[in-house]
Amino acid sequence: MNDKVFRTTLLAAALVMPIVCGGVILSLTTDASEALSHFGFFEFLFSDEWSYTPGNEHYGALPFITGTLLTTLLALLFCIPFSLPVSLFVGEYFKGTRMAEVLSTVTDLLAGIPSIIYGLWGFYTLRPLIMELGISPQGSGILTAALVLAIMIVPYAASLSAEFIKMVPADLKEGAYSLGATRAEVVRYVVFPVAGSGIFSSYILAIGRALGETMTVTMLIGNTNQMPGSLVDTGNTMASIIANQFGEADGLRLSSLIAIALMLFLITAIINMIGKFLIKRARIV
Amino acid sequence: MIQTNHLKHRLWTNRLVYGSVCLFAGLTAVPLLAILGEVLLRGWQQFSWEFFTEPTPTAFKAMKAVAAGETIPGGIANGIIGTMLMLGMATAVAVPVGILCGIYLAENNKKRFAIIVSYLTDLLQGTPSVIIGIITYIWVVVPMRGYSAIAGSVALFIMMLPLIIRSTEETMKILSSSLKEAGLALGGNYARVVLKVQLPAAFGGIFTGVLLAISRVIGETAPLMFTALGCSLIRWDVDKPIAAVPLLIWEFFNDPNLQELIWGASLFLLVFVLVLNIIAKTLARKWKS
Repeated sequence: MNDKVFRTTLLAAALVMPIVCGGVILSLTTDASEALSHFGFFEFLFSDEWSYTPGNEHYGALPFITGTLLTTLLALLFCIPFSLPVSLFVGEYFKGTRMAEVLSTVTDLLAGIPSIIYGLWGFYTLRPLIMELGISPQGSGILTAALVLAIMIVPYAASLSAEFIKMVPADLKEGAYSLGATRAEVVRYVVFPVAGSGIFSSYILAIGRALGETMTVTMLIGNTNQMPGSLVDTGNTMASIIANQFGEADGLRLSSLIAIALMLFLITAIINMIGKFLIKRARIV
Repeated sequence: MIQTNHLKHRLWTNRLVYGSVCLFAGLTAVPLLAILGEVLLRGWQQFSWEFFTEPTPTAFKAMKAVAAGETIPGGIANGIIGTMLMLGMATAVAVPVGILCGIYLAENNKKRFAIIVSYLTDLLQGTPSVIIGIITYIWVVVPMRGYSAIAGSVALFIMMLPLIIRSTEETMKILSSSLKEAGLALGGNYARVVLKVQLPAAFGGIFTGVLLAISRVIGETAPLMFTALGCSLIRWDVDKPIAAVPLLIWEFFNDPNLQELIWGASLFLLVFVLVLNIIAKTLARKWKS
């Protein structure tokens, strides 16, 4: 093949990316503009009303932004006690052993399970358990969704932090051991400070994943459109309100849903950008 | 005396930390086993020849069968065919485009345009799948005036593309530059060296990446809800609404009459995804050594 033709083909393939991404932003902005100009950006952002009675339509994104933030932060909170030990197990305590390989396979498989199956498991196994324990009467809600979400993001947070823990130079650890430090002290005073920024960035990326998770949350959060009153209350996230209502929506409601999609897109883009930036910096150090 | 107490305290803390790391790390296997166990136990009973060859029954037929105490007739053949059809179309386009784009990124990694494309790849990879669904709805479903298998495969294509680009780029970057130099020294032109020398050498890594990309999108439900919609017939038309296995699970979840079928469909999907995953990981390990 002619070199010139080949180089042009490569460039053409690479052009697909800017076209798709530019198109995403353009289409979302165009289709969201009806809702945003009708209500005004800040009114849309801070209004907690979501009613579609004809003639008195009013749409605001606040309940869903709140729902998204609550589920994501709770999921992060539940995820840390498991993902941090996993990353220490794989990256420090059993580094390079068979056991570590088994555990990384387990987390890899957890990451592979489709989200709709997580949703089913949460609905048929976890939800009855939560009802039985008397935590909430209906079983579904922000807490239930966050619990399953936490399991889903453990693999992402754990495997990336393990990479950073593995990279901690051996001479630093040996220095601490030679001073008489125990292994726990080496982890606390050498591994965490050195790998800290990398570990932090992997949790940022895990947040990015949790923000946009759709099916699991839709199946477990209870799908109500008011502001959630407490953590066991039902609600909706930005992704789940779209999954619930997009198929039947038209006109102003459709535009409002697309406006929510635009916000979700921007939030995840910013979070991912921060995460990637921090990772690059952590790798250099 | 005080010092020995202090030492004891430190040693006990050490053991405690060690123990809890092992305990909590081990606990992460519990949800995996619980999910596999539940889907396996409840789904296994539904597996039969008909389950894979018959389309989904209507809610009425299912209701009658449940009332009579029989197993629900029919299966998920429509979903399997729909999934394969859409996945096939998406892969057929995403693989060449993704590989070419990945080669471009690996070859030009200092150029400003390549850095921008690389950043956009990350952006698209991190975009929630439900948004890909909306975008495809705007781009394909609205102009075509209807849900279709084409729309579904466009959504899957957009989701697969960044994954294939990344794996191609990373594999091409690992290849030693002496390979390329040897090819050029023998008088091969640039296109020939890339396509006939580097690409075959990178095949293992790229193939693994494609398998992982397929396993990632095969269980996607949200983007298909607004594009392929679902259908209870076995269908090969690409311009009409079509079923997919994850869409069927969602449908069964919402229809009390069909709820029995959830577990069989989930087991099929889960086995498919996990087997693909394990094959890809094994190949990756073999290819690396």
